[in-house]
Amino acid sequence: MNTSSSKASSAASKDAALAEGEPALRFLTCGSVDDGKSTLIGRLLYETGQISNDSLQALETESKVYGTNGDSIDFALLVDGLQAEREQGITIDVAYRYFATGRRKFIVADTPGHEQYTRNMATGASRSDVAVVLVDARKGILRQTRRHSCIARLLGVGHVVLAVNKMDLVDYSEERFREVEASYHQFAQEVGILEVSAIPLSALKGDNLCVHSKSMRWFRGPTLLEYLETVDAGCPYVGDFLRMPVQLVCRPNQHFRGYAGTLSSGIVKVGDKIAVMPSGRTSMIDRIVTYNGDQQQAVAGDAVVLTLTDEVDISRGDVICADEQRPEISDQFQANVVWMSTKPMLPGRPYIIQQGTQRTNAQISTIKHRIGMDTLQEMSARKLQLNDVAVANLSTSKPLVIAPYAKETRLGSFILIDRHSNETVGAGMINYGLHRAQNIHWQSINVTKEQRAHSKGQKACCLWFTGLSGSGKSTVANALEIKLQKRGFHTYILDGDNVRHGLNRDLGFTDSDRVENIRRVSEVSRLMVDAGLVTIVSFISPFRAERRMARERFDDGEFLEIFVDTPLGICEERDPKGLYVKARRGEINNFTGISSPYEAPERPDIRLNGGTLQPDELADQIIAEFVRRRFIEDIQS
Amino acid sequence: MALRHLRVLEEESVYILREVIAQFEQPVLLYSIGKGSSVLLHLAFKAFHPAPIPFPLLHVDTTWKFSEMISFRNELAKKFDLDMIVHVNQEGIKNRISPIIHGSAVHTDVMKTQALRQALNEHKFDAAIGGARRDEEKSRAKERIFSHRTVEHRWDARNQRPELWNQFNGRLAPGESMRVFPLSDWTELDVWNYIEEEEIPVVPLYFAKERPVVERDGMLIQIDDDRLPLLPGETPQIRRVRFRSLGCYPLTGAIESAATNINELIEELKVSRLSERQGRLIDKDQSASMEKKKEEEYF
Repeated sequence: MNTSSSKASSAASKDAALAEGEPALRFLTCGSVDDGKSTLIGRLLYETGQISNDSLQALETESKVYGTNGDSIDFALLVDGLQAEREQGITIDVAYRYFATGRRKFIVADTPGHEQYTRNMATGASRSDVAVVLVDARKGILRQTRRHSCIARLLGVGHVVLAVNKMDLVDYSEERFREVEASYHQFAQEVGILEVSAIPLSALKGDNLCVHSKSMRWFRGPTLLEYLETVDAGCPYVGDFLRMPVQLVCRPNQHFRGYAGTLSSGIVKVGDKIAVMPSGRTSMIDRIVTYNGDQQQAVAGDAVVLTLTDEVDISRGDVICADEQRPEISDQFQANVVWMSTKPMLPGRPYIIQQGTQRTNAQISTIKHRIGMDTLQEMSARKLQLNDVAVANLSTSKPLVIAPYAKETRLGSFILIDRHSNETVGAGMINYGLHRAQNIHWQSINVTKEQRAHSKGQKACCLWFTGLSGSGKSTVANALEIKLQKRGFHTYILDGDNVRHGLNRDLGFTDSDRVENIRRVSEVSRLMVDAGLVTIVSFISPFRAERRMARERFDDGEFLEIFVDTPLGICEERDPKGLYVKARRGEINNFTGISSPYEAPERPDIRLNGGTLQPDELADQIIAEFVRRRFIEDIQS
Repeated sequence: MALRHLRVLEEESVYILREVIAQFEQPVLLYSIGKGSSVLLHLAFKAFHPAPIPFPLLHVDTTWKFSEMISFRNELAKKFDLDMIVHVNQEGIKNRISPIIHGSAVHTDVMKTQALRQALNEHKFDAAIGGARRDEEKSRAKERIFSHRTVEHRWDARNQRPELWNQFNGRLAPGESMRVFPLSDWTELDVWNYIEEEEIPVVPLYFAKERPVVERDGMLIQIDDDRLPLLPGETPQIRRVRFRSLGCYPLTGAIESAATNINELIEELKVSRLSERQGRLIDKDQSASMEKKKEEEYF
């Protein structure tokens, strides 16, 4: 077995040592469709010597087939990877490129220009130190330029390079460059982009890309490559205090119990007092174990295994923190959310949230406003479509250890996962927690009816169906429940007949029994609403007074009276249980509509025409009314 | 570690490996015996220390690997007491599939692509960790770190999930699986620098030595055993060669080189004008062929 151990003769040049020593600069390139982005990257790779002879040969052949530059080399073909894209002449996904110069290594996230690919841009930006925003010198700042810049800003990319490309097509005009630069600077200020460097260049001709342009001697700034080689690459936001999300419990034998993870912030030393969040249990660091031997300390970015002096119950998702400086814990927080799925985001619909190593259920409880990507302006929205960005409140089913994204990227960022398709459908950046609960154990919060409903991502309510026997109450209630369940609501149906088999089996059909019947059912439904459920009650409930009594048990807006208005003649004709026949024959006493009165509601919240429409259509009418009343957000999808 | 950027790459890869164990039930490390696999294995030791590596290794053996690769594999498994699963497509053996008779495309499909699928199904692996890097080939530039595979093991461009920050979504429906590439952001040079830094054992084929070769279609093919028939006009010669990338010996071209140790190798790499997979015949048998192989589950 050959070990590669002849290290002594390492004689790398100083430049190379520097390049190998520094972490790579990660930058993303973005721009509109024809701004020449692929050409720019292809040329950067070519001029920094990344393109091998065999690739270059292939490129020459391909340039003749797919190229858009006549017989000369089309550098864009170096980076437009997938065959399908090449044939369509567009780029449809984030591609990563790697190159190095004598001074630095680079990882390029190449993101497509189409406006609809915001999600790719956000993906690339989430890990970039610098954004290179391309504009065509002839067109200047476009909607997409602004859009891409706004996304870079939201994702916290620290530096923006405005690469004013195709200067060769405006005769290398300084005036034109200054115009574009000035209008971008103004926009950048509006949206809070602090560091902008504008560089005039021609990717096609190579001006100011890697060598200074002879045609633009008026420009005294660095070439794009010089800029990238020297820019101070701010790392993502890392906090000052120890945070280590636990990835795994490491338990190789009975004598060792350690917690594996990567420090997301701060520093840890043997002997430090720590708190395990969210439980808040405290202990002390016993050992910092690594493959290369025990360490005395570790810093942000280090992957280690920590052991503690006490037996503490810790599992994946817990965060080991500095005891003196505990993080915020919250099950409700405000965040900027980027929606990445073609299926719209609906408030109240449950998703899985993954934040660091923590995972639980979450809903967007309210959309505060959508963020327009032209100038970060606020716009109203009731749901989020693909590529929308919004400020929203989220609630999670258990409390998470959180931090503002602008302070700690790792604890401040999360993704949302669809519970059925398992797709990553959204990404978010936390602004702040809504419960400032750092010092309060969450269990001690007095859980209210609203919170119970909120944790189910819904507004609890009682939907009280009333109508004659055979009017279609139960059928419509069933259809409605199915629709609500599909949309992720937590529901329950209290059906007259069913309840009479159990809870109310001691009651008959006398007026007083009917009242007691309704009293019990309204009390049970009140408890269910208190538990946070959308409770559907399907009872003939013939008397106004009892329906009013039921209504009075609920808070304003919680109780909806739904009158299934089907003419007696039709009900009798349907007679699904054969009861009307029996009643007419006198075999049943006190039968509503025949031998006992039905007091139709005068002002029901919803009146359904049960005689002509199908149960499905009626259920849809109810949902439409919900939307109108803002019980739920628009749920067409 | 002397080189900070290697340290950063290492920490990120360790994080990814730990996520695999946390998020999947039945992971496996696809061990190809190459330099990437050597680095992966080393990272796995680091990620789970002081516990042993919590998953088996799987080598899909086409039966046409260099004999030095096989002996390296066997020694390694013994030395580190690894759970090494070696899978050979017995169907292919029965049909006497060979790169020489059936050509590289059929051989690779049957003995590698189909064989891998068989092994994954047989052991019900839900995550397969591989050493592929994005800088290897153009069509890999868009590969995810967690790359989703359908129940049929297919890579569907539309099914790939956006990867933001270090949030890896490993959720799967029954039967689906994930390929995981912890070395995505490493370059060939990073791999060699890391091997040097960490003194990781690699197959000696990577280093120059006088070897018996024939020149065929502009490639130098090593005569590794007596199964390689000489074509008319071919004469075996002894040349000082090494391999940049390892595969089935009749399909893997050597490069002439004087780099006998890792320092010389790294220096040679820095000035090389040839791509890493330039010697790999299987990449060239169809246009955009890595892309096609990817869809068909070559990785």
